[in-house]
Order: sequence, then structure tokens, then C-alpha cells
Amino acid sequence: MSVAPVEIDEPEIDEVVVPDKPWVTIVWNDPVNLMSYVAFVLQKHFGYSKEKATALMLDVHQRGKAVVSNGTREEMERDVEAMHGYGLWATMQHDT
Amino acid sequence: MSDDARGEDLSGDDRSDGDRSSQDDMEDDDVSSGFRRSRKGQVAMSLSPQEARVIRHVLGEMLELLGPSESPDQDPLAAAVDIGTTTVVPDDSALARLFPDGYTDDPDASADFRRYTEPGLREAKRSAARTALATLGEPGGKRVLTTEESEAWLRALNDTRLVLGERLGITEDWDELVAGLSDGDPRLALFWVYDRLTYLQETLVRALW
Repeated sequence: MSVAPVEIDEPEIDEVVVPDKPWVTIVWNDPVNLMSYVAFVLQKHFGYSKEKATALMLDVHQRGKAVVSNGTREEMERDVEAMHGYGLWATMQHDT
Repeated sequence: MSDDARGEDLSGDDRSDGDRSSQDDMEDDDVSSGFRRSRKGQVAMSLSPQEARVIRHVLGEMLELLGPSESPDQDPLAAAVDIGTTTVVPDDSALARLFPDGYTDDPDASADFRRYTEPGLREAKRSAARTALATLGEPGGKRVLTTEESEAWLRALNDTRLVLGERLGITEDWDELVAGLSDGDPRLALFWVYDRLTYLQETLVRALW
């Protein structure tokens, strides 16, 4: 049996929401939605803290998009529908 | 996204300089115009008569754009359970913005998603616009809103801005766009309305949050 040490490359994780389920909801940046409104909506719908909602909003604003939730396909359909209800530009996709 | 700290005035004047009287004749310089949280924690709305008139007009146009509640070509059985027959993105770009595809890269799934969600979303947007219209009340009068009413206002103001933004081709640097327009350009008035609605929505978010 080999006694060579096993090397494991730990992936670096720097996302605010770490998707660990197969579907994700993405909110995309747009020029109309107010920054304050987007953060407010994320807190209200997802129950995130003000800090987390604001961080996600800034991610959308600065990077053009952010994963705001993850879960089953049905859960993500409900989230996307809710985001559209608020006028946010959101889509869902299978996490790859 | 839009940061209202930058977009309050088309003229670029600083709101805090206290001299807005010469800026726009449509505004009565009421510094308390907008939404604020009352001492009891409720949301108080105060709109100038001019703002109320303009908002009444744009909300009316919004309802017209969203269309009647029941589409004549809708399957009555499907309608009864809130399923639509529409599976394609609306032709009108403003409607397309209000009802975007639900899936990033799956047109078939997006079509299905639209069938199940668009009728309900349309009705919710109509309902928000109707609630806002119903609570506009006496021009210039103050009114305290219930939680449901203030949420309806928040959605209605946002939807209206999305539609106007689409019509005007709003970008994040739209003040530059305005700077390039001639004095007689009819779009200037729409930009003014957009700017005013942005300001009002910002005050509402602050009142709620």
C-alpha cells in the first residue's frame, strides 16, 4: 500500500451564496431598478439579513449578476416568479 | 442598477442647495413631497397636485399596457386555474421587460414557465396599479398607507419606471443621454417624469426599510 501523502486541492469559495443544490436563481443587473430597492426585495423575499441582501445587491450591480438562491427546480421557479413580480430581472438554471 | 443619489435632478443641481424654485414650474417645491415613515411607524404619502395628476396618467397607461384581465382567446378552463396560453416573449419591449423569460438558456422550459406564471403576474401588476390609483386621493393631500397599500405603491412605481425606462432607452448613464437632447425634444418631459418617479420610489424604500 502506498504511504504517499494524499493531496487534496481545496476549491476556493468566495461566493456569498454557495450553491449546494442543483438549481440556482440568478438576478441580473439592469439600469432601472434602484440599488436600495433590489436590496430591500432580496431581504424581504429571502429573509436575508440587511448585510447579506446588500452584499448580493452589490454583486449584481458590480459583476452584472449574482446567484441569490439555490434549491429544487420548483423552489427556484417560485423564487424567479417572485422576482418577476417585483420587477427584478431574474432567471433560473441548472447549476453546473 | 440605478443609484438615486445621482439621478435626482435632470439639471444636475444639488437638492440640498435649497434653491429649486426656478428649476421646474411643475413642482411646488414641497420638500416633504414623497413617502416617509410616520411616528407610528406607518408610511405617509404626500404628493403635490401636479405629481398626483402625472402619476394618475402614467398608472392609467400602465393598466392599458397590461391589458384587460381576461383575454378573449384564453382557454376558459385554463383561465379558471390561472394558466395562460401565451408561451412567447411579448412583442412590446416594455412588456417583455415586465415578463422576461424564466430560464437562462432553456426556451422550452421558459415557454412552460410563462404559461403558468404570466397570467398571475399580470394580474398582480394590474392590482398594484389599481391600488395605487385608488389611494391617490385628494390632490396634494396627505394619506397614511396600510402595509398592503405601500407595497402596491412600491411595485407600481417600479413597474412604471421599468416601462418608461424601456421606452426611453434608459442606461446607467442616462443623464448623459438627456444632456444630448435638444430643448424641444418631447422626450425631455418623459425623462422628467422618470426622474420624479425614481425619487418617489427611493423615498418609499427608505420609509419601508
